[in-house]
Amino acid sequence: MANFYRDTCPTIKNILLLDSEGKRVAVKYYSDDWPTNSAKSAFEKSLFTKTQKTNARSEAEITMFDSNVVVYKFIQDLHFFVTGGDEENELILATALQGFVDAVSLLLRNNVEKMEALENLDLILLCLDEIVDGGMILETDGSIIAGKVATHSMDDGAPLAEQTISQALATAREHLTRSLLR
Amino acid sequence: MAQPLVKKDDDRDDEVEYSPFLGIEKGAVLQEARVFNDPQLDPRRCSQVITKLLYLLNQGETFTKVEATEVFFSVTKLFQAKDLGLRRMVYLIIKELSPSADEVIIVTSSLMKDMNSKTDMYRANAIRVLCRITDGTLLTQIERYLKQAIVDKNPVVASAALVSGIHLLQTNPEIVKRWSNEVQEAVQSRAALVQFHALALLHQIRQNDRLAVSKLVTSLTKGTVRSPLAQCLLIRYTSQVIRESSMNNQTGDRPFYDYLEACLRNKAEMVIFEAARAITELSGVTNRELTPAITVLQLFLSSSKPVLRFAAVRTLNKVAMTHPMAVTNCNIDMESLISDQNRSIATLAITTLLKTGNESSVDRLMKQITNFMSDIADEFKIVVVEAIRSLCLKFPLKYRSLMNFLSNILREEGGFDYKKAIVDSIVILIRDIPDAKENGLLHLCEFIEDCEFTYLSTQILHFLGIEGPKTSDPSKYIRYIYNRVILENATVRASAVSTLAKFGAMVDSLKPRIFVLLRRCLFDSDDEVRDRATLYLNMLEGDGAIVETDKDVKNFLFGSLDVPLVNLETSLKNYVSVPRELAVSLCIVQCLLAYSHVFVQYRFKNLQTSLLILILLPKEVKSLPLAEKKAPGKKPTGLGAAPTAPTSTVDAYEKLLSSIPEFSSFGKLFKSSAPVELTEAETEYAVNAVKHIFDRHVVTVIVDASDAEEFTEVSTKPLRSLPYDSPGQTFVVFEKPEGVPTVGKFSNMLKFIVKEVDPTTGEAEEDGVEDEYQLEDLEVVAADYVLNVGVSNFRNAWESMGPDFERVDEYGLGPRESLAEAVNTVIGLLGMQPCEGTEVVPNNSRSHTCLLSGVFMGNVKVLVRLSFGIDGPKEVAMKLAVRSEDESISDAIHEIVASG
Repeated sequence: MANFYRDTCPTIKNILLLDSEGKRVAVKYYSDDWPTNSAKSAFEKSLFTKTQKTNARSEAEITMFDSNVVVYKFIQDLHFFVTGGDEENELILATALQGFVDAVSLLLRNNVEKMEALENLDLILLCLDEIVDGGMILETDGSIIAGKVATHSMDDGAPLAEQTISQALATAREHLTRSLLR
Repeated sequence: MAQPLVKKDDDRDDEVEYSPFLGIEKGAVLQEARVFNDPQLDPRRCSQVITKLLYLLNQGETFTKVEATEVFFSVTKLFQAKDLGLRRMVYLIIKELSPSADEVIIVTSSLMKDMNSKTDMYRANAIRVLCRITDGTLLTQIERYLKQAIVDKNPVVASAALVSGIHLLQTNPEIVKRWSNEVQEAVQSRAALVQFHALALLHQIRQNDRLAVSKLVTSLTKGTVRSPLAQCLLIRYTSQVIRESSMNNQTGDRPFYDYLEACLRNKAEMVIFEAARAITELSGVTNRELTPAITVLQLFLSSSKPVLRFAAVRTLNKVAMTHPMAVTNCNIDMESLISDQNRSIATLAITTLLKTGNESSVDRLMKQITNFMSDIADEFKIVVVEAIRSLCLKFPLKYRSLMNFLSNILREEGGFDYKKAIVDSIVILIRDIPDAKENGLLHLCEFIEDCEFTYLSTQILHFLGIEGPKTSDPSKYIRYIYNRVILENATVRASAVSTLAKFGAMVDSLKPRIFVLLRRCLFDSDDEVRDRATLYLNMLEGDGAIVETDKDVKNFLFGSLDVPLVNLETSLKNYVSVPRELAVSLCIVQCLLAYSHVFVQYRFKNLQTSLLILILLPKEVKSLPLAEKKAPGKKPTGLGAAPTAPTSTVDAYEKLLSSIPEFSSFGKLFKSSAPVELTEAETEYAVNAVKHIFDRHVVTVIVDASDAEEFTEVSTKPLRSLPYDSPGQTFVVFEKPEGVPTVGKFSNMLKFIVKEVDPTTGEAEEDGVEDEYQLEDLEVVAADYVLNVGVSNFRNAWESMGPDFERVDEYGLGPRESLAEAVNTVIGLLGMQPCEGTEVVPNNSRSHTCLLSGVFMGNVKVLVRLSFGIDGPKEVAMKLAVRSEDESISDAIHEIVASG
């Protein structure tokens, strides 16, 4: 068994986005470890209870939970989690988490909070779809993920890579001006 | 930063009702989904509805098959819209709905069109969707496009195809394996993620070919892989190759070690860590190889990122198990982690230190841990306790401070698991370190003075009973134990009584005092406590009539059970499942169990159940030490034997039959029927027959098979002589097909030679008169193949058996005297055990359900649910539902009823 993870790719078991009461905003499971919705909810509930007291705001935090490694980060009233098997390279999980957090921040124009997330749930769901496909990491760079999602509102035609960067820059610039004006 | 946040949350509480999905309801959203069918599509509106559908699914809502199909079909209409955003949502919902094969066909053409679109985003996503929902047949059609996509210049498209390939390899390996060339090309891609995905797929394609993997690693470690994720993969593959090659290459340098070591100097932390971890896990790693890896991990220990610290300390913790000396360099950094905010890190640091610590640092460490224990969770405390246990076994001289630590934390608040871990640790220390014994036992005694966990109290009392009498001053423990008798609940009191008795048996000087204490227990309010006290008093008094020697007492109290408990349990259950006529409410039954070298004696509190005492005695103890005993229910069987308690006779039969050499090869006796009278009660010759069923043989008593075709007569064992007025036995063996419940009828004839006996000498005369005597027929019926074994919870048993082999049918039983009579007839017919008292039919009831259980020949469990109904003219109808582990058995049960 010890050899098992060696021969496989880094695998993500789930990505969770919960609110400050532990309720689901958006979740995505890639593993059969939690076959039913109640198993999923139970996992989310106990994970939330276990982590809610910790300070995962400036740096991502990490914990062992039910022989899984969970990395997590909180921004305002949103709790981001990425779960992997207990033999997984913690730093890879952390990279995926960072990609998720960055992409969501860009997509919500740095206004990372529950209401904003729910109002842009389509973006969040597309974002999850672009980070991991069936447990395999697709992309870890937040701006590229956000770029792929944000082509949404753009016309097709413009080359993707350029669109990505210009989109990201525009978002950042807009946010900056807003926060300065406030 | 935290302050304004909290405030914001409070503000929100007032308007907590607001949410874009407030009051969302499945039915309404499904209604809204009709907009997908509008001739003029509103992309924005449609996107919103899809988002709502996805929201519902995400919250755990499920769609019925019909609903999902309906949504799926209307979603397919949306391929007409040109809106990119809407198309993305369409892809998403198709993946979530996971359509069935015939539905997939509908979207295939649309997706294939998108796969060849000019828009990269369409292509990438269409590939992922199509590969997710497709099956093998479609795959051959799109294979060509996928191969192209793998080498597409757009990295997103290439990644999409490669990742899809990784998933498809599980289901259609032979197709994906044909893509090797393209995948190999993609490994050289400049895009980081493409490289990663291509490498992962290439390795999976080749993973069963060691040589190919080795070649792959050899060529790639020369340095074309740049993506950190791909490098992590390569490190994993490299250590796999090292692992497999180390068998045949014992000498010289380890191959590829240089590559791993070079990765320690990589820019990306995840690569450094992956390499460091790979080095620490090399089999038979040397200190020289280990050092550079430990050095980088040590740097991580002081990182500002918790994830990095955690990863490093977790790896070092593992290294400390095998190479504690290599980790000691990190001890200073490790000690600063004891106060880490992240408790997982702190705990790992502590346990690592406990593993690497030397004798001189133990005291200092214990001090630090003491400060730290109060504010960590129980699960971490357990880890610490276990680490301390192993430390103590490593440095037995330090037991004093470690034992003190354990006893201190034992007194503090904590849950059951935590307390159990501490108690277990103390028990282990007492066992392994003789010096710690007295001290440790006293700590445990103090603990049970105020212990809220019955389980732990009884465990400790049991342990005290074993260890306490062997100490220098056993008397000092008596007070603690007797306090339990005064203060605790019945379970603890009972085990305290046992412990007291053990002291009495082992320490002669304490005996008189123990007697006094045990006599007081005779007035306890609980039956169990009183019973134990009575028993032990009798055992200890040893007044000759009951137990001969002290040795017997000790054996009885401390002797271990040399019987497999499972067997014993089964035997007892079978025994209890048979209703017994017990004349008095409290009586002692002895029975010879299947495990014939053990006598089991147990006592029934009332007629049916409630096992009170179970005592096992070695075979040698012939006389059982209780005055009220009855003779065991073992009687001569076979001809002329009166019916006796069924189970004990079965065992007696078994013994009897196995003692006859001809029958010993038949295997285990499955069932013996109750004796069947073959003669009228008051006739010249009284003949009973008992049917003994083996797997392949039927042994009956008495001869002449005429109407039983499937039975082959194998042998007979005639009776040589049968003196007047004394019973004797004869046997006939029939062979039948194995496992098949063959039935048949035997007509019997008693053939014998009557000889006169000279009353003076008691010797028979030589000549006799041949005679025959017609006996009644003996039938072997299906019920003979069913053992009436009860189940404790019929419902559970029924549910867990499942409906796979359920057979249900209805029968008319014709006019009957009463419902009860009908029920009893059917029970008798089936020969099964009524469960949960359902054999009793309430007076005047018009319908009744009866639950039966049994074991069919071949050890197949059978459960039967009988529903009876009776109408005006006493016509009884019955519904028979049978569940068993075997279809044919279920049918067989029906046949019994149908033919009865």
